[in-house]
Amino acid sequence: MTSSANHGGAARFVSNPAARFVARRLLYSIVVMLGVLIVVFMLVHLVPGDPVRIALGTRYTPQAYDALRSASGLDRPIVEQFFGYIGSALTGNLGVSFRNGDPVTVTLLERLPATVSLAIVGIIIALLIALPAGIWSALREGRVSDAIVRVTSQFGVSIPDFWMGILLIAVFASTLHWLPTSGYRPLFDDPGGWLQHIILPGLTVGLVAAAIMTRYIRSAVLEVAATGYVRTARSKGLSPRVVTMRHTVRNAAIPILTITGIQLATILGGVIVVEVVFAWPGLGRLVYNAVAARDYPVIQGAVLLIAALFLLINLIVDMLYALVDPRIRLS
Amino acid sequence: MTTRETTGAAEEQSRIAAVRLLAGNPVTVVSAVVLAMVAVVAVTAQWIVPFGINDVDVPNALRPPSGEHWFGTDELGRDVLSRVLVGVQASMRVAVVSVAFAVVVGVTIGVVAGYRGGWLDTVVMRIVDVMFAFPVLLLALAVVAILGPGITTTILAIGIVYTPIFARVARAATLSVRVEPFVQVSRTMGTGHLYMLVRHILPNITGPLIVQTSLSLAFAILSEAALSFLGLGIQPPQPSLGRMIFDSQGFVTLAWWMAVFPGAAIVVAVLAFNLFGDGLRDVLDPKQRTMIEARRRAGADIGGRRRAGADIGGRRRSG
Amino acid sequence: MAEPVLSVRDLRVRIGTREIVRGVSFDVEREKTLGIVGESGSGKSMTVLAATGLLDAPGAVVTGTSTLAGQSAPTQLVGASGRTLREVHGGRIGFVFQDPGTSLNPLLTIERQITESLEAHRKMTRRQANARALELIEAVGLPDPATRLNSYPHQLSGGQRQRVMIAIALACDPELLIADEPTTSLDVTTQSQIIELVRDLQRDFGAAVVWISHDLGVIGQVADDVTVLQDGEAVEQAPILDVFDKPQQAYTKELLESRPLIGATGPPPADADAAVLLRVEGLDVRFPVTTAVGRSTVHAVKDLSFQIRRGSTLGLVGESGSGKSTVAAALTGLVEPNSGSASLGGVDVLNVRGRAEKALRRRISLVFQDPFSSLNPRTRAGTAIAEPLQVHRLAHGKQARQKRVGELLELVGLSASFASRYPHELSGGQRQRVSIARALATEPDLLILDESTASLDVSVQSRVLDLLAQLQRELRLTYLFIGHDLAVIQRMSHDVLVMRDGQAVEYRPAHELFDNPESDYTRTLLAAVPPARPRAAISG
Repeated sequence: MTSSANHGGAARFVSNPAARFVARRLLYSIVVMLGVLIVVFMLVHLVPGDPVRIALGTRYTPQAYDALRSASGLDRPIVEQFFGYIGSALTGNLGVSFRNGDPVTVTLLERLPATVSLAIVGIIIALLIALPAGIWSALREGRVSDAIVRVTSQFGVSIPDFWMGILLIAVFASTLHWLPTSGYRPLFDDPGGWLQHIILPGLTVGLVAAAIMTRYIRSAVLEVAATGYVRTARSKGLSPRVVTMRHTVRNAAIPILTITGIQLATILGGVIVVEVVFAWPGLGRLVYNAVAARDYPVIQGAVLLIAALFLLINLIVDMLYALVDPRIRLS
Repeated sequence: MTTRETTGAAEEQSRIAAVRLLAGNPVTVVSAVVLAMVAVVAVTAQWIVPFGINDVDVPNALRPPSGEHWFGTDELGRDVLSRVLVGVQASMRVAVVSVAFAVVVGVTIGVVAGYRGGWLDTVVMRIVDVMFAFPVLLLALAVVAILGPGITTTILAIGIVYTPIFARVARAATLSVRVEPFVQVSRTMGTGHLYMLVRHILPNITGPLIVQTSLSLAFAILSEAALSFLGLGIQPPQPSLGRMIFDSQGFVTLAWWMAVFPGAAIVVAVLAFNLFGDGLRDVLDPKQRTMIEARRRAGADIGGRRRAGADIGGRRRSG
Repeated sequence: MAEPVLSVRDLRVRIGTREIVRGVSFDVEREKTLGIVGESGSGKSMTVLAATGLLDAPGAVVTGTSTLAGQSAPTQLVGASGRTLREVHGGRIGFVFQDPGTSLNPLLTIERQITESLEAHRKMTRRQANARALELIEAVGLPDPATRLNSYPHQLSGGQRQRVMIAIALACDPELLIADEPTTSLDVTTQSQIIELVRDLQRDFGAAVVWISHDLGVIGQVADDVTVLQDGEAVEQAPILDVFDKPQQAYTKELLESRPLIGATGPPPADADAAVLLRVEGLDVRFPVTTAVGRSTVHAVKDLSFQIRRGSTLGLVGESGSGKSTVAAALTGLVEPNSGSASLGGVDVLNVRGRAEKALRRRISLVFQDPFSSLNPRTRAGTAIAEPLQVHRLAHGKQARQKRVGELLELVGLSASFASRYPHELSGGQRQRVSIARALATEPDLLILDESTASLDVSVQSRVLDLLAQLQRELRLTYLFIGHDLAVIQRMSHDVLVMRDGQAVEYRPAHELFDNPESDYTRTLLAAVPPARPRAAISG
């Protein structure tokens, strides 16, 4: 690509296609994030009725009402509230809980590690199953082994995760007593306990995710296997292993990366139910309790955090693209 | 001079062939039958239940499956089978109405955005992107948080949350049809927008939409079950499969049937929708179709090539 | 006499109950080129893929023999084990496929795609393989070879990628090179370069070549022997000169006669005093293009001016990227030009809105290239033809429309019963006739034909061109005929405008341009067109 006449670092940055790609995606993410902020802000204001009164419920007294209302800034004009909200959000202040007055940000950060560890364990289990299964069944398309994988993954996609969790607890915890029924141990305090407690919820999250990803990975590999360049590779007389690894799978890596990113982000949202089943002290259960108690600031904060994580994951995936795909790296 | 023109068999889209192809796959047939059964239950549940859904019968509580109670009884002596049947009916109702909402709203948005393009498209798709930034269940919970739990809220929540996917699918399909030569030719003829949308665009985007509808119905059942499990969906005493599973938690080791049957009902319904959707996709997606036709049908003109193009039907240079 | 490199006997390929390849036999002589020619559906690719053991179609059953001559012992390719085939593929037989855009792995460097062959078959070390790759890249005539080696496919043009494919195919010094429509997707100038390249390399490497093509002109340039395939059968097999000068079979004769040739007669002269119908001045069109990495602008048409008299045809010719299709888009309102003017019989074409625009659309009709996507697959042919009648209220009531549709169908040589057929029930040529009928429904003043016969088989194309010429005579139609095939342009046009990179390179009456081209570019284009006589005839 022709670069402009000026020299220097900035010009080189701008003319680097990978950097421009990442910059575009960053800009896009910021725009979406703004939209997310607007939606999250609107949550409180869309409630039919008075959110503060609903939240106080039986604890209502005129003093408590006024105190909570002003502490949450709901007595100010809406435009001022909006910019106030954005401003505080950017500095990390997400308000205080309607229920117990704790700062929302602190609560979120306390609960974050549990959810993140569950999500990561889940996605690792999912990848360990879905990558080999998806690739293998794609390469054996039309044969019995492919049919088995397809049916199994269809089954896995159709199972409600909370049901699977309950059944796993019933079998492995309540009946066989191999594993605890619920609870969480932080990794660095008690590695053994952490592992024991995370296996069942991790499996619950991971197996369902594995079923979903197997289907997508299979279809991505099939698409690559049908391309002209895979045919060229075969026509060179390369061994099936080389054709598979160097050509088919490697080119499927990009769509697989996308799928993994999306699935990880989906897990972040889907853990809610699993956390409830396993009494897991994470963001999911926090949201659930907050919804039951109409604790709007907490709901807002948690939704914002999860959406932000989602966008961050997508952005990281995009940056990995720029690294992996020469069509983006070089013009 | 002999007239020899090859027939363009690569795009057999007659409905008869489609149905035949569909029926040739045993999995699709079985899932269609199961769906029919689910539909029957959904319509007639209240009349075919052997026991009342709230008939408490404590002396007979926690009985295993028997001749009288096929699915056993729960902790209050209620017949699990009856509750499951009504639960299926409730799930289907929620799923169908919410997906119908999502289809109507989502497809309208997507088609208009894809057809008009320009700033309207950009703005609309940004909004859709924002909605996609929220995980499905989280957004549904947020809606429930605003409007309060209940069946209406559930329907609305699921409908809203599923609208973006239909908008995206409809838009993508519209965009790809819009650049087809037959649409461009119509524009050059001066054909009006209404004619184009009704005659050219809509009939040609039904394929992916039908597939997506089947898949979304499957996921809507799962979403409703999750919301009801959390106590935020269908409210007691109305039975719901999700809530039944929640209630079974304390009794799982004593009465496995309380957890297993409602869950199995969900799995069967969702699986049937998914398998049928897959079967539909095989038929409606032209690329998939040529592969399957080549494999299965004797005398296919396509010659089993996986790749489109090459020697078929007079087609060579692509644009 | 040395035995042939590849000897195929009674090759049959059956899928299900249908036989696609029916008992084909041929020999490929050492250091010679066998041309396999046939239209679509003739099974030419499948024949060669089956003969070399590369066929990958589910459910295909291959019988017959295909013997590759060897130093020690001949190798039977039909039914050979995977191991045997893998040794042969790339090592003794090299392949070049049609589409350079998708035949190379986008994630690997050019060097890697060449060296992997060498490592697999010649057991070279990485360093040896890299050195050899450099030699090969030079041999195929790529400029700046060292840089090219480290490039990725997307950084090369179509012609360059095809050269790389050839380098890959020849890397291990194979005895046989299979080229399956290698130049079909390329511009005519690039095509002639590739043809020369393969000739030279064949001599240098001492390989035999099988060249598959639908284009007899190309076959004439490359082949020593020819096999003509029709419906999976070898209809005629003879040395090249015999096929061209003394064809035995009716089909071969038909193929030869349908070829558009430079020097053939053009259309009957048009009325030189007719009024100017379309006048275009200073047409300028730019597009914004958005890719993943950013935005840029394509200057598709630069300051173009021309005019067409009523009843005559202007041939607009150029290679891909020349901007010729953009001109059609600008004149039909699909694209908005940045500047310039165009008028149809005095009426402004470019800046119309509302009712005036609708009235204008009646007067200009467009027929596109691809018969398969020019008709809505969900509507019947009759409905498609009736659409402009409905839009412009030209026939009142269903009966009247049906009658008119019937008339239009007969005008294009189809019976009125075709109105109830769906597009998938029609062949490519029939669909194109339906598109023409639709275009004529409004009795337009100007008909724009955008590469309208390029996707058709040669024999079908010839008939459609005849139809267009006949219609022009009978109805005094005015055509803007856009294409890349100079021979077709010569056959159809009274005047010719040659475009390159959005600009007019030469604009003259057809017979002047073809007899005496002024610009170098036109001369290059003309020289690149495969001549009517095969090369062997000229060199003697």
